[in-house]
Amino acid sequence: MRLTLNIWRQANADVQGAMHRYELDGVSEDMSFLEMLDVLNEQLNAKGEEPIAFDSDCREGICGMCGLMINGMAHGPEVTTTCQLHMRSFNDGDEITIEPWRAEAFPVVKDLCVDRGALDRMIQSGGYISANTGSAPEANSVPAARDKAMRAFNVATCIGCGACVAACPNGSASLFVGAKITHLGELPQGQPERDSRVVGMVAQHDHEGFGGCTNIGECTAACPKEIPMDVISQLNKDLRTALKNGH
Amino acid sequence: MASSDKDLSGLHPTNEPSVQKSDDAHGYYVPGDKIVDPVAPTGPIKDRWTQRKFDNRLVNPANRRKLSVIIVGTGLAGGAAAATLGEAGYQVKSFCYQDSPRRAHSIAAQGGINAAKNYKEDGDSIGRLFYDTVKGGDYRSRESNVYRLAEVSANIIDQCVAQGVPFARDYAGLLDNRSFGGVQVSRTFYARGQTGQQLLIGAYQAMERQVAAGTVEQFTRHEMLELIVADGKARGIVARDLVTGEIETHLADAVVLASGGYGNVFFLSTNAMGSNVTATWRAHRKGAYMANPCYTQIHPTCIPVSGDHQSKLTLMSESLRNDGRIWVPKKKEDCDKDPREIPEEDRDYYLERIYPSFGNLVPRDIASRQAKNMCDEGRGVGPKVGDFRRGVYLDFSDAIARLGEDGIREKYDNLFDMYERITGENPYEVPMRIYPAVHYVMGGLWVDYHLQSNIPGLFVAGEANFSDHGANRLGASALMQGLADGYFVLPNTIRDYLADAPFDKLDESHPAVAEARADVEGRVQKLVSINGTRSADSYHKELGNIMWEYCGMERTEEGLRKAIDMIRELKADFWSNLKVLGTADSLNQSLEKAGRVADFIELGELMCIDALNRRESCGGHFRAESQTEDGEALRHDDEFAYVAAWEWGGENGQPVLHKEDLIYTAIEMKQRSYK
Ligand SMILES: Cc1cc2nc3c(=O)[nH]c(=O)nc-3n(C[C@H](O)[C@H](O)[C@H](O)COP(=O)(O)OP(=O)(O)OC[C@H]3O[C@@H](n4cnc5c(N)ncnc54)[C@H](O)[C@@H]3O)c2cc1C
Ligand code: FES
Repeated sequence: MRLTLNIWRQANADVQGAMHRYELDGVSEDMSFLEMLDVLNEQLNAKGEEPIAFDSDCREGICGMCGLMINGMAHGPEVTTTCQLHMRSFNDGDEITIEPWRAEAFPVVKDLCVDRGALDRMIQSGGYISANTGSAPEANSVPAARDKAMRAFNVATCIGCGACVAACPNGSASLFVGAKITHLGELPQGQPERDSRVVGMVAQHDHEGFGGCTNIGECTAACPKEIPMDVISQLNKDLRTALKNGH
Repeated sequence: MASSDKDLSGLHPTNEPSVQKSDDAHGYYVPGDKIVDPVAPTGPIKDRWTQRKFDNRLVNPANRRKLSVIIVGTGLAGGAAAATLGEAGYQVKSFCYQDSPRRAHSIAAQGGINAAKNYKEDGDSIGRLFYDTVKGGDYRSRESNVYRLAEVSANIIDQCVAQGVPFARDYAGLLDNRSFGGVQVSRTFYARGQTGQQLLIGAYQAMERQVAAGTVEQFTRHEMLELIVADGKARGIVARDLVTGEIETHLADAVVLASGGYGNVFFLSTNAMGSNVTATWRAHRKGAYMANPCYTQIHPTCIPVSGDHQSKLTLMSESLRNDGRIWVPKKKEDCDKDPREIPEEDRDYYLERIYPSFGNLVPRDIASRQAKNMCDEGRGVGPKVGDFRRGVYLDFSDAIARLGEDGIREKYDNLFDMYERITGENPYEVPMRIYPAVHYVMGGLWVDYHLQSNIPGLFVAGEANFSDHGANRLGASALMQGLADGYFVLPNTIRDYLADAPFDKLDESHPAVAEARADVEGRVQKLVSINGTRSADSYHKELGNIMWEYCGMERTEEGLRKAIDMIRELKADFWSNLKVLGTADSLNQSLEKAGRVADFIELGELMCIDALNRRESCGGHFRAESQTEDGEALRHDDEFAYVAAWEWGGENGQPVLHKEDLIYTAIEMKQRSYK
């Protein structure tokens, strides 16, 4: 198939960017979206034009490195990551707009790459269980109820891609934070730090310039791992409890 | 089969050192001195690690704060090591090329992690995990290392659970596990099909906690491009800030490489796009030995190649072999039929036929080679790629009948989704098509029992070292090894090295530091200024084709010689005709790629030389000249029961081969049989 691509190009964080238009022919429906961009980049290179920078690593939908706004949708039209989106979701003659994540807390690094360091810093602010190596008791000495462990797992599948932030009109990372709070809060091992975790992560969230949650739900709709909105309710509930407990 | 518990005393060698008679690689290398592991433990195998931990010197907490360690890599090995050394109070600098440590390639591991917990009372034990691993590795690993790995495996599960890793659990709330490729006990712990992700997030969170505590400093989007060796010791790295392009030097008292595997030398593999050999290859060029580079694992269950545009291959976890049955049509004419219309009696469940006792669960190397054999016979399925159909069926209809679609969904949901997304076919309805793909490398930098390379102060952990898997790794054992190295082994061995502190003062003006930095700057400038016509990617693809064709699932003397010539030509062309646009002082992904490809080309040549020298078939290394009458791998313990540790021979020189004999005292070497 033949496509027209409008792609955001920006040399670095300090300069203005702009949309550029490219025509690409010979795209096969078995290609992934990023393989389509690889083909474009090979052609640009051959023509002497600098290839477009975009992030990806695993290309299996698990590392969270990729992430593009495709026609205004985070990761494009399917519920998956950009790397797992395939060209069979598009048609011959389509015009596709490709932009980086747009959020105050994710400055553009170059072209389609952004800086998501804020996500790491929120984890540093409490998104862990303090268990020094060697201090662990025998694994089965503390049973964990299966349904709670399943819920913990289901939200622990968050890949930290930032699509929730990019999709949210407020640029909020509440889904990301809620997923972590819920993952660790559902497990017996996560209880001792439950209050300090939520307080620390929420404070960092606000400090990074992420916006507040107004229950729009774009985050969960864009999430390639389908993290449900109820983690945000959990987040609010845990925060209330923590504040009540004097944190 | 359980020789596992007999004769673990460690007193009597069961084999003689080998004497190599053949010399296929004559003219391609220089024979060097034999080497031994200078810190190999002795005594009863069961006590060796305990004794060693006790014997290794301690560093008192006040001194730890003054000692610094660089760790390259934030996968299971590097992440776990950074967290643990940070907790102990050392100053750690952690590097990764991705934008967050959590994205290291370990995240992609699907199936699970082994541990000898014996929760199922099915006869598992440390001894049996040890035995299975040595046997699975085709008797090409060091027994003391493997025993230690089996021994610490149980602690790993404890540690991960304490960190909040949400492993699968049963209704009583206790940990569940399953059996996994090549073993007959249930010892694989898992978190649906995302075990690597969950384990890595555990290690990552532990590491981030240390970042907050100030013991670990993290450098993301940084690529190590050189090792600094000053006065005979590894003392730092030169790294490029991938965003600004700045070349930086980082100095420390010790350096740990946990930079993962180099399977991407084949271009198409299941590895992440950025997985590379640069960190370890640069260390190799600085004197670190590269051990058994030709040992490559080709995973049997990957999604077949669909066309030229393909940038990587996707693994379908091996755990699928527990429930899926592998077959091809008996008759060539049936190969393009709808598989559901081929009656039972016309299907050849070839693994169950050839290996009745292990069936679909034979080790990876065997499953892969048999898939290739079936396709070479013309009985492959799926679309033709070239003249052949390269695929076999992995069929879940029996399992769906037994467990219901929901039962299967609970176990493998994300894998089935991924398959459908990539191929456009629904595997609940049509059998999956799979084909082998490069997945893992058993080769890597040579290390001693302390995970220290032959360069003092340079430690290597995880897939980057030549590791504990011999010539073939069992499923779910890489995660185990990465975490064993990072949480439990390295922290207990590096302290013995650091106990020599204080080390000589070193600053940027030291000639070794200045030279390493100048080398990197020169090389980067060279790459952006060749100004030829071909992209780095095109060289990478060509290298990958050569490697897959001649150094892949089956290797021959003739093919390997040819490959070496082709790689040498490719290298010359690369350095005269490469085209990298953009500048060196900004984010430049073509430049990053070019540097990695340059190192892959050199590695590829060494892999071929290693494969040429090893005129035997063992584990993942199959030399056509060395097979039994019925086509099974034939080892030659009398000639090749050694680790091939290669020393860099200089830019235009030949590599030097050092052999480390593998002497078994606790286990008897046997020809592997899964029949
Ligand atoms: C698809 C897939 C599925 C798998 N499934 C399983 C499984 O089920 N069970 C199992 O046991 N094993 C599995 N494996 C194997 C296992 O995942 C890996 O062997 C293991 O995770 C490697 O861990 P590591 O810590 O050594 O390296 P990695 O996780 O590969 O990490 C490498 C790190 O080094 C960094 N790095 C690399 N080069 C540089 C450089 N030059 N400069 C700076 N940083 C650098 C990277 O940024 C990264 O942080 C699987 C592998 C694949 C590919
Ligand atoms: S590249 Fe890893 S999730 Fe897309």
